[in-house]
Amino acid sequence: MKKFVILGAGTAGTIMANKLAGVLSRDDWSITVVDRDETHHYQPGYLFIPFGIYSPRDVVKPRRDYLPRGIEVVMAGIDVIEPEQNRVRLQGGRVLGYDFLIIATGARPVPAQTEGMLGDRWHKDVFDFYTLEGATALARRLKHWEGGRLVVNIVEMPIKCPVAPLEFSFLADWFFTDRGLRDKVEIEYVTPLPGAFTKPKASALLGDFLDKKRIKLAAEFATGSVDQGAKKIVSWDGREIGYDILVTVPTNMGDEAIARSGFGDELNFIPTDKHTLRSKVKDNIFVLGDATDLPASKAGSVAHFQADILFENILDAIDDRPPGAKFDGHANCFIESGFNKGLLIDFNYETEPLPGKFPLPGVGPFSLLEETKMNHYGKMMFRWVYWNLLLRGAELPIEAEMTMAGKRR
Amino acid sequence: MPTRTIANKSIDVDAEGFMTNYKDWDLEVAKVLATEEGIAALNDRHLIVLNFMRKEFETKGDGPSIRKLTKESGVPTKELYELFPGGPAKKAAKIAGIKKPHGCI
Repeated sequence: MKKFVILGAGTAGTIMANKLAGVLSRDDWSITVVDRDETHHYQPGYLFIPFGIYSPRDVVKPRRDYLPRGIEVVMAGIDVIEPEQNRVRLQGGRVLGYDFLIIATGARPVPAQTEGMLGDRWHKDVFDFYTLEGATALARRLKHWEGGRLVVNIVEMPIKCPVAPLEFSFLADWFFTDRGLRDKVEIEYVTPLPGAFTKPKASALLGDFLDKKRIKLAAEFATGSVDQGAKKIVSWDGREIGYDILVTVPTNMGDEAIARSGFGDELNFIPTDKHTLRSKVKDNIFVLGDATDLPASKAGSVAHFQADILFENILDAIDDRPPGAKFDGHANCFIESGFNKGLLIDFNYETEPLPGKFPLPGVGPFSLLEETKMNHYGKMMFRWVYWNLLLRGAELPIEAEMTMAGKRR
Repeated sequence: MPTRTIANKSIDVDAEGFMTNYKDWDLEVAKVLATEEGIAALNDRHLIVLNFMRKEFETKGDGPSIRKLTKESGVPTKELYELFPGGPAKKAAKIAGIKKPHGCI
């Protein structure tokens, strides 16, 4: 009996467990999935909670409902991974040996990395929205807020879902316009990047959107500390920006078990081959989703495309063949822009987001790099797609490899 | 690819002025590049950072992030910003004669 272990049952780990359970014979293989707790969160949904559009019920479901039958599910934290011994030590003492290991332990915000962030006013004036607790605390605060300075801040790159802070700003503009408060709210977008986004064409377009929506942009601001008493953020080179409410995206890091195992980079992300998704740690360890150190977006769509590639490569590895499929860095992101409209971007390692129609060239129904109502419906529909198709490893009408069909340079 | 003459040496740079062959670099070249970036004189602390950047590039093929610089070079983040005002990772990479760091997506 050979053993397959998957660490993490988030988007990446759950998709992979479903794909593998469909093809590995239970007579020859055991599959074990490890996660720390029983609930699966639809993380893209956090964005809508501060504005009262989603409630926690919409984004939290039991993990086990989305995992396949006939596998073992272990709820425990990971103590340490020991590649030389082909085993994982879990907190509580259990030891899991494996023939193949997939690490899909994700990334999480670590507010403690920034001086002053976790002061008395955490979740009172200073909020994150990448956790359920942060998003719900912010919803309570925004509901009765009467106006002032709202600062949206990215502490340090890379972050999960790099478009989410922009979407948050756009939705805030809409939310306060809708409540007749927009003239009493100043919104400022503070980023360490030189512009609104990482890729030139999309950055220019999204920068125009910020202008149009009267959202001020402060670029190249590397946040060094938060002064909760004086209500300001201070950059490493001494610039200061005051706030009444700070919505921050803290430093994102990989799991602490990766640091304990001694093979992560300075942010606990795992050195991974950018095409095969095999770890640079050892040949029988593969890495999927946000846990990698790849120069690709940390996003659910990326985990999904990677899973298609990794599935093929694992079947190769099981047959003792070199991995044949290559991940191209493909990402596909809806960008909610407020007032029931949205944009869509599609890109990979080599090609930045371009305008066009998607997924059917010339037809759509979605428009790339353009604001439409249909893109908004796509985003809202996606929650259903996520719970019912994507996590189960079902085929979606989008290829893992990015295509140029339907795009204009 | 443009070629420049820096400190009497012929040096290839990319469109943004980053050197494309780090082996063409020496201290005289660094001094000229530093002046162009608004740093009048390179001190010992600058050199610790530049040497770390070059060593990292030689082994990894990419310049380090600021976080890695802080953690492994022993120069605190605040000092990095004082030494290389306006963006240590990018500016120090340029003066160290290595390619522009890939940074983040």
